[in-house]
Amino acid sequence: MEVYLDHSATTPADLEVLEAMAPYWHQQYGNPSSPHLLGVEAESVLTQCRRFIAQALHVNPNELCFTSGGTESNNLAILGYARAQHKPGQIITTAVEHPSVLNPISYLRANMGWQVTQLPVGSHGKIDAADLARAIRPKTSLISIMLVNNEIGSIQEMTEISKVIAEANQGRRQKIVFHVDACQAFGSVPFDITRLKIDLLSISGHKIFGPKGIGLLYIKSGIHLQPLMFGGGQEGGLRPGTENVPAIVGLAKAVQLAMDGFDAHVATLAKLRSHLLARLRQIPGSICNSPPDGAPHIISIRFEGIRAEVLVHYLEQKGVYLSMGAACSSRKQKASHVLQAIGLSPEQASSTIRIGLSPKLTLEQIDYACDAIEASVREVRQIYG
Amino acid sequence: MYQIILVRYGEISLKGRNRSQFEDLLIKNISHALKGLDYQKISKAYGRIYIESDHNWEAIVEALKRVFGIVSVSPALKTELNMDAIKEAAFELMEGRPNTTFKVKARRPNKHFPIDSMTVNQEVGGYLLRSFPGLSVDVHQPETELNIEIRNEGAYLYHTFISGLGGLPVGCGGKGLLLLSGGIDSPVAGYLSLKRGVTVEGLHFHSYPFTSERSKQKVIDLARILTGYTGQSQMLLWIAYFTEIQKALQKSRYPDLNITLMRRMMLRIGTTLAQREGALALITGDSLGQVASQTMESIYAINAVTTMPVLRPLIGLDKQEIIDLAREIGTYQTSILPYEDCCTVFIPKNPATKPHLEQVLTAEAQYDIDALVEEAIARTKCITVSDTIKIFS
Repeated sequence: MEVYLDHSATTPADLEVLEAMAPYWHQQYGNPSSPHLLGVEAESVLTQCRRFIAQALHVNPNELCFTSGGTESNNLAILGYARAQHKPGQIITTAVEHPSVLNPISYLRANMGWQVTQLPVGSHGKIDAADLARAIRPKTSLISIMLVNNEIGSIQEMTEISKVIAEANQGRRQKIVFHVDACQAFGSVPFDITRLKIDLLSISGHKIFGPKGIGLLYIKSGIHLQPLMFGGGQEGGLRPGTENVPAIVGLAKAVQLAMDGFDAHVATLAKLRSHLLARLRQIPGSICNSPPDGAPHIISIRFEGIRAEVLVHYLEQKGVYLSMGAACSSRKQKASHVLQAIGLSPEQASSTIRIGLSPKLTLEQIDYACDAIEASVREVRQIYG
Repeated sequence: MYQIILVRYGEISLKGRNRSQFEDLLIKNISHALKGLDYQKISKAYGRIYIESDHNWEAIVEALKRVFGIVSVSPALKTELNMDAIKEAAFELMEGRPNTTFKVKARRPNKHFPIDSMTVNQEVGGYLLRSFPGLSVDVHQPETELNIEIRNEGAYLYHTFISGLGGLPVGCGGKGLLLLSGGIDSPVAGYLSLKRGVTVEGLHFHSYPFTSERSKQKVIDLARILTGYTGQSQMLLWIAYFTEIQKALQKSRYPDLNITLMRRMMLRIGTTLAQREGALALITGDSLGQVASQTMESIYAINAVTTMPVLRPLIGLDKQEIIDLAREIGTYQTSILPYEDCCTVFIPKNPATKPHLEQVLTAEAQYDIDALVEEAIARTKCITVSDTIKIFS
């Protein structure tokens, strides 16, 4: 049996997504900017996709900018906003953001004179809204907070956070802009862009059974960003380059599938998660890093005395695929900043695996994976004695 | 602009009766290195190799800079044997450097050519001075030395010497089995062995699942980089199954000797495999005193398992010298990728730096060494490492 448990790294494209995309590679392959019929058709498809996704997110179509994925969306939000300001201000973010948020912010601090406040998180991975309120200063210009953490699945208290920002914005001439990285949230954790007064929001295609190489940034109308690239004026000049029509169609389809099945998906995920946790908790020396109120699809768990890396390779032999800490930081072989931020020691972090669930998994598959994990943990412990 | 590339080789021209064998091997390696590049022919004469090419000589020179046995190369113009043609070629060469100090240095092995070298120097020098007002003569320390060689088949003109790697052509020095770990040192040891003409095959000890597919891929990538210096399009890489041995060693009653025991197992497997595959030596990246397993005492205790020569080309190099070489040959960036290898996953907390052979033998007494070696060999696989891109083939 093969059980893929690394959906937080990437998801397989849904077959319906592939089917939806297919004609736009080789039949309706026009460039939306072309004056002739093929171009017009492509433009119409693009417009429909934009309208469709806007409807699903309850925003205006002209507030969506297609990008190459989550990383670009985060970079465009942060660098694009900062570069549109006359002078550097302060950015508030958290200690557990994705590198595609942390690194552009470090760049702004190191090279552009921006001040940065990084809010700490508790062992549950959440910031304290009171800390945020205290961190806000007259110079505060941008706040970037992820909705669901990609390594441990903690969900930030967005309602409270939004309230703090709204209060701070009262009477301000220049409002603080609120960016939310929702790449891991979309499809598993509900959110309302309008109610949360979000100004910028990032979504990635391949985390929701869509294609790789496509993502989007929601930009509330009235917010001005500088483009990261310059070219032919597509996406209102903000993201030039011939639109990736097939991938945009794929993204729209993935959004449709995620929204249509949302309640059922979340219910399935919750069931899978509680079953998985109940089983893994029976393994001696297992400790769940994810908070109980975390996202239903991300589980961070550690097994005392086991190197996650060895466990991962043991499990791949049995057809079970999951990752250590997080896929992005496991290449660098450094202790994950997220696990460090929630108070794990380097040893605890290096024995942590991450499981990313999908509503398409079955209980049988979860059982198979749990059997494999249990057996592998036992085996590895025997070897290291 | 250059029509021919002169290739000089050093040591192999000293090798007496084997000389033409060496030369043929070097030509074979050169033609491998030039595969895919545009040239007319490769020939040898007068202790030189000539590569004729009308264009892209830069690419050819770059490729030659990776072939062992070549001391230097000079892009040259070949002309007919008359003074007008020689002057014309001299003009063409100096056109790119119209403002230097120079001298003309002619040689005339072909005594049928009616003008002696002194006169050639004067005539060509005078002609160039008239043609380029920015030139001036400096016979002692010229910035440019324009060489003219007058030979039977024509005259060669050149002013550039580009250093080659030196060494001996790969394939003339027997076969060696390189213990390739994925670290910084062993690829450099392989490179230095290739430099002395050794045909190198790699041997990697894989402890999957304690080390990953990526760590194996890293070793394959390192072997591929080394392949670029072999004069061949491929290299054999043996992947020894080392997992059971690692597991067994974890049960040792003398964990501080584990590194010594592990290295001894590696040399045993290497020796058996080398004998089977006709290799005459093992090659390791040991550098004296660098780590616990590379003290004189450790090397003594480890080496005791084999009578086969173990070549340690890095023995006298400092770490920084090894790193510099690794950078130069292009393996460093791959070597420092942070995947676990067998030496890091199972490292004991306090490895013995001065293991005594008697203690080591006592520690080994709990194991059926032959059975472990046999199993590892039986499950060893051979990979042919080449630079072919396979995705669409």
